[in-house]
Amino acid sequence: MSDYSYIAFIPLLPLAAFVLLGLFGRKYFKTFSGTIGTASLLASTILSFYTAYHYFFIDGNVNGVFQKIIALKHTWLQFSPNISIDMGIMLDPISVMMIVIVSFVSLMVHIFSLGYMKGEERFATYYAFLSLFTFSMLGLVLSTNIFQIYIFWELVGVSSFLLIGYYFEKPSAVAASKKAFIVTRFADLGFLIGILILAFYSGTLDFGLLIEKLTSVQSPEFINISSASFLGASVLTWALTLVFIGGAGKSAMFPLHIWLPDAMEGPTPVSALIHAATMVVAGVYLVARLFPVFSIDVTALQIVTYVGAFSSMLAAVIACTQTDIKRVLAFSTMSQIGFMMFALGVSKYGGEDGLGYMGSMFHLFTHAFFKSLLFLGAGAVIHLVHSNDMKDMGGLRKLMPVTHITFLIACLAIAGIPPFSGFFSKEEILLAAYHSNRLIYGVAVFTSALTAFYMFRLYYSIFWSKEANVHEPNHGEGTLSMKMPLIILGACALFAGFVPFSKLVTSDGAALETHIDIGFSALPVLLAFSGIALAAYLYKKENDRPQKIASSLGELYKVAWKKFYIDEMYLFITKKIIFNLIGRPAAWIDKNIVDGFMNLLATMTGKISVLIKGLQSGKVQSYALYFFGGVIGLAVLFIYIWK
Amino acid sequence: MNEITITHILFVSTALFFIGMYGLFTRRNMITMLMAVELILNSVNINFVAFNKYLYPGKLDGVFFAIFVITIAAAEAAVAIAIIINLYRSHHSIDVEDAGELKY
Repeated sequence: MSDYSYIAFIPLLPLAAFVLLGLFGRKYFKTFSGTIGTASLLASTILSFYTAYHYFFIDGNVNGVFQKIIALKHTWLQFSPNISIDMGIMLDPISVMMIVIVSFVSLMVHIFSLGYMKGEERFATYYAFLSLFTFSMLGLVLSTNIFQIYIFWELVGVSSFLLIGYYFEKPSAVAASKKAFIVTRFADLGFLIGILILAFYSGTLDFGLLIEKLTSVQSPEFINISSASFLGASVLTWALTLVFIGGAGKSAMFPLHIWLPDAMEGPTPVSALIHAATMVVAGVYLVARLFPVFSIDVTALQIVTYVGAFSSMLAAVIACTQTDIKRVLAFSTMSQIGFMMFALGVSKYGGEDGLGYMGSMFHLFTHAFFKSLLFLGAGAVIHLVHSNDMKDMGGLRKLMPVTHITFLIACLAIAGIPPFSGFFSKEEILLAAYHSNRLIYGVAVFTSALTAFYMFRLYYSIFWSKEANVHEPNHGEGTLSMKMPLIILGACALFAGFVPFSKLVTSDGAALETHIDIGFSALPVLLAFSGIALAAYLYKKENDRPQKIASSLGELYKVAWKKFYIDEMYLFITKKIIFNLIGRPAAWIDKNIVDGFMNLLATMTGKISVLIKGLQSGKVQSYALYFFGGVIGLAVLFIYIWK
Repeated sequence: MNEITITHILFVSTALFFIGMYGLFTRRNMITMLMAVELILNSVNINFVAFNKYLYPGKLDGVFFAIFVITIAAAEAAVAIAIIINLYRSHHSIDVEDAGELKY
């Protein structure tokens, strides 16, 4: 086993860049800050690739099974002999895969931003925040300890908050960043309680020990946690569900998804990095990290499955009606993460049954490439058109050929057309769903057809539809630094499906044999093609067919366009119910009873002092008289009364 | 004639003490008040000497204390007169009623 301690540099280099740019960036390296951030991340990325090569092909695999390697471990806080918060680095197939994705996509976004954010007033701050995010996300995926993951979990939440609110002079961006922060914090409360329950019953916070104790059916810890019950479910189910709530908040699962569409207020490259490829899959990663425990508890897994499948379909339906291109992409992200979630839900641990797990991780891998590509492409389009709305676009294919081709590749990939990467991963997910739950399979096939439809609706509306309507002179597609990431990611979206993923990342570490069954994949691919054809029929040339369909659907269309009124429901619950029934009475009690008691004390003290202040007259002789009176009084007391 | 007993002497010292006390409370002039304090101190001295003579004839402790009190009284007079002079400089008066600023 070789020494892996150099991996510490992968997260630490972005941290160093954050500190440097955060403290001195605006003053000293106004224009270099992008280069500094990108250079540090380039080093991280090279190290990540080296690590991945080393782990997957040299010494991670022992007897056909990939091992967990603890590269570094340092106890940070010791609560009791067993429970401690450690800071460390753990390597296993999913964490190695994640560091590659995170550092690589982050590098692409850094390079893209060099052109996209050029001339921004707070250019250095932007790069500092990006570096902070990259550091936190890398720390999150490398965690050895469930509390370490929680710390980094909050750090990515903070950096997401900072980046969504980057344009803080816009009130909508401020509101969106607050919303994202509050919703995810609310979910993280569940996560924290889940962590505490798990730690209480298993007596450890370390992932390895935790999984070992809670998966062996004879261990006293397992018997305790699964036999204790609360409100009709075992404590294990509760703990896992609470942990999943934390994951659902970060991964924008229904009903905690409301922050993700609004998070599109941030700069577009940020959306590509945080709200498409990396941070939002943290929830999936968390479930995958604890998957051995989840796989024991059927109820918790079913919650994961149904929440994932429902979110996936809901988001796909909403995405068909949105007109803001970034929001369409946001809902498609939510839908694809739903795919990853229910793929984990239908999976079991180990062997052939672990197909869903592998499919989920595979989809996470391919999704990171094509979704960040879609967002960066959308960023390039927005850069040219200066608008987010589909209505202002159209006919851009001649103006931006590189963006057009790469965007098309990404759309084909997300639609699941062979041989693009999304096809392979989606295929595994559908196969896993087919074998375990037909209802979920039906939802998944329907959703993937919808995905093909709304992605090509987006594609045709941007690049075809009508003649280009862009003010002259325009700056074209932007600089090389904006085109290069698109091309690289395009190549990844095209070829990532050919990575022998089932040999590398599986639930138990052993290689899994998969093959493409033409008969099985025919249906989803045909449906995807028909979705594309429908989109082409409706949106390729400007016509009034979409309008007619929308008006014939009437209320149904409006409800979907309004995102099923979920935001309004939240507002109703918070403003009307919580504020009125809890907030206002609490404020009344605070103002009148708590403050009232304090005021009473103060007023009484004041009154008494007014009464007795006359004693302090400033006349020396009266003081002497009081003193003498006191002495006489004491003398009488001691001589005659006390004896 | 009757012999002078300790009771007679204690009467004198008590009278002296209360005369001093009365002066301290009624006079507004600080020099007079200082003199009243001296009367109180001397009544205590008389007590010391009387108790020493009548109760412990062979010892000198009471006399010793009386001398000690006289010494302290001299020092105290020096400090008090210094205070009075400073008061006069700042208030142009040595009436205690005029120096009543230190109050609520």
